Amino acid sequence: MKVYVPRDYSACAMGADEVARAIEREAARRGLSLDLVRNGSRGLYWLEPLVEVERNGERIGYGPITEEEVEGLFSAGFLEGKEHPARLGDPEEIPYLRRQKRLVFRRMGRTDPLSLDAYRQQGGLAGLTRALTLSPQQIVEEVTKSGLRGRGGAGFPTGIKWKTTLQAAADRKYIVCNADEGDSGTFSDRMVIEGDPFLLIEGMIIAGLAVGATEGYVYLRSEYPLARRVFAEALEKARAVGMLGDDILGSGKSFALNLYIGAGAYVCGEETALLESLEGKRGMVRPRPPLPAIRGLWQKPTVVNNVITLASVPVILADGAEAFAQLGVGRSKGTLPVQLSGNLKRPGLVEVPFGITLEELLFEYGGGTASGRPLKTIQIGGPLGPFLPPSLFPVTLDYEELTKVRGIVGHGGIVAFDDTVNLGRMARYAMEYCAGESCGKCTPCRIGSTRGMELLDQILSGKKGPEAAELLVDLCDVMVNASLCGLGGMTPFPVLSGLRFFPEDFGYSKEEVEPLLQKV
Amino acid sequence: MENGKVERKDELEGILQTFARQANGLIPAFHAIQNRYGYVPKECLPEVARAFNLSQADVYGVLTFYHEFRHEPAGRHVVSACRAEACQANGSATVIERIRERLGIDFGETTPDDEVTLLPTYCFGNCACGPSIAIDGKLYGRMSAERVERMLRGMGALE
Repeated sequence: MKVYVPRDYSACAMGADEVARAIEREAARRGLSLDLVRNGSRGLYWLEPLVEVERNGERIGYGPITEEEVEGLFSAGFLEGKEHPARLGDPEEIPYLRRQKRLVFRRMGRTDPLSLDAYRQQGGLAGLTRALTLSPQQIVEEVTKSGLRGRGGAGFPTGIKWKTTLQAAADRKYIVCNADEGDSGTFSDRMVIEGDPFLLIEGMIIAGLAVGATEGYVYLRSEYPLARRVFAEALEKARAVGMLGDDILGSGKSFALNLYIGAGAYVCGEETALLESLEGKRGMVRPRPPLPAIRGLWQKPTVVNNVITLASVPVILADGAEAFAQLGVGRSKGTLPVQLSGNLKRPGLVEVPFGITLEELLFEYGGGTASGRPLKTIQIGGPLGPFLPPSLFPVTLDYEELTKVRGIVGHGGIVAFDDTVNLGRMARYAMEYCAGESCGKCTPCRIGSTRGMELLDQILSGKKGPEAAELLVDLCDVMVNASLCGLGGMTPFPVLSGLRFFPEDFGYSKEEVEPLLQKV
Repeated sequence: MENGKVERKDELEGILQTFARQANGLIPAFHAIQNRYGYVPKECLPEVARAFNLSQADVYGVLTFYHEFRHEPAGRHVVSACRAEACQANGSATVIERIRERLGIDFGETTPDDEVTLLPTYCFGNCACGPSIAIDGKLYGRMSAERVERMLRGMGALE
């Protein structure tokens, strides 16, 4: 008899550890023997902690369950799958999950994330096994054909990046995984590392084989302590069975992988700042060129990819590039693990092919606001993404379509706000955040963010007329066009989009701001 | 994590020896020092600089770049509150306001009785279950002003 309770940072924040202990206690008290498995979260976060029972190969879910409800769960006969107010049936038949197209997250929640046997049984290592039979050029070709684009935010074609590093001649090359998932409203990297860590390891080994790199680093943010523990354990297991090391699965090829912990700096999610930090220095942004693909870590050719990008690779190698490229729309191929959060009834992880509308995500998946008040705006693509009004919710999730309305896909986070939000305050917060996180290398970001904060304070206190708005727009224009990296270059997005769609929150009328906004 | 004075030099030497061998060992060394002492004491810096063959200015520059590293001892309890957007959308402002008001301190400060240090965090990755508060490293989701006050009271931070 198997009982599953997620060991996922969010599920634990909702009491999963306490529920797991209570289940063990109650089972012991009743003299029952059961096999308690700590699985990953399925990402249906409004149902966490989601307890599952496996009987005759079938899973029955119950959630959300509190520590206090555990005794009642036993009394109701949950081990036999019996009725209970929190009974959900087969979790994979819950429409929220059933309607998704899970490729990267296909195993998530099904197994013990630290069991390599379970990983293999559920299709793990198929991508690596195939990659070991291919030449580096063939692997790069496969990834290029899949149309995979960087899931960290920039959306750069992964195959082209890999090709650049493959062609760079050097005695040493590196694969660096950007797991500095700092965007508010995003948690898909965390879920992969906690819930399917071997997938990331497999993806990084394949990347190494593809470009000729034999060493890699995962740069993980310090705010994810559970991910750190799980990944460190996964690394040890992978080394112990020869998945990592000098003879990958008996192929004679080698790849070494290390875990490196950040120290709380948002800018280190920017790839060049990340590399500086990974070298043990201040996370100062480097000017580009040279590209990290040619001169990256310790000046050696380096592939820097986000967790989800690397975790997509084993799927592409296992299923073939065509299967991946068939999904999605236009130049946005495959699936995106969208993260719904903020004021929504059903926040969670929704992996779907590109092309779905924002409306569908917010209402059919998200269920509308949790507060029951009108949904006023969403912020898409992290703290540097714009605020979009409901009139743009029919737009589809697609790199190019979102760009047309000044939106971004970013790392796939969507944060919903009800009508109690004030966009002037959010704009002020964006500037304040940038001022606190700026690395200080370039002036537009370092000084601009502080001036922007002061300007917004004056605007919001009503002490300034429309000329302050003109100044704000000019300042944003400079930051967008003259900053060294995306931190200063995109902080204006939430500011300008707020001003454009919700001028009244700044004390202005549409007529006052429209002429100003035409130039940006 | 326990706050302690750097009384035993050999202990610091041990930490530094482990990490100074690594080309990128400075940040891991600061993590290890903070884990041991609860913060990175200023008096460590000359030895850190020597171990890594860097100037004290370089070492200080790295230390102060990262928010995670504390330069002073923290209180007996550390309360970290998420200030980022997804938690704001779920009403984190009222939770944070209650903490500040009841403890009488702002972010980055410690109560006069050294009981609680309040720190800001910009995202725990618990965005689907916010507002998020961590107390002594344990994360709690769907926090409310009432519940956080109960928790502060429960840990003896409020009289």
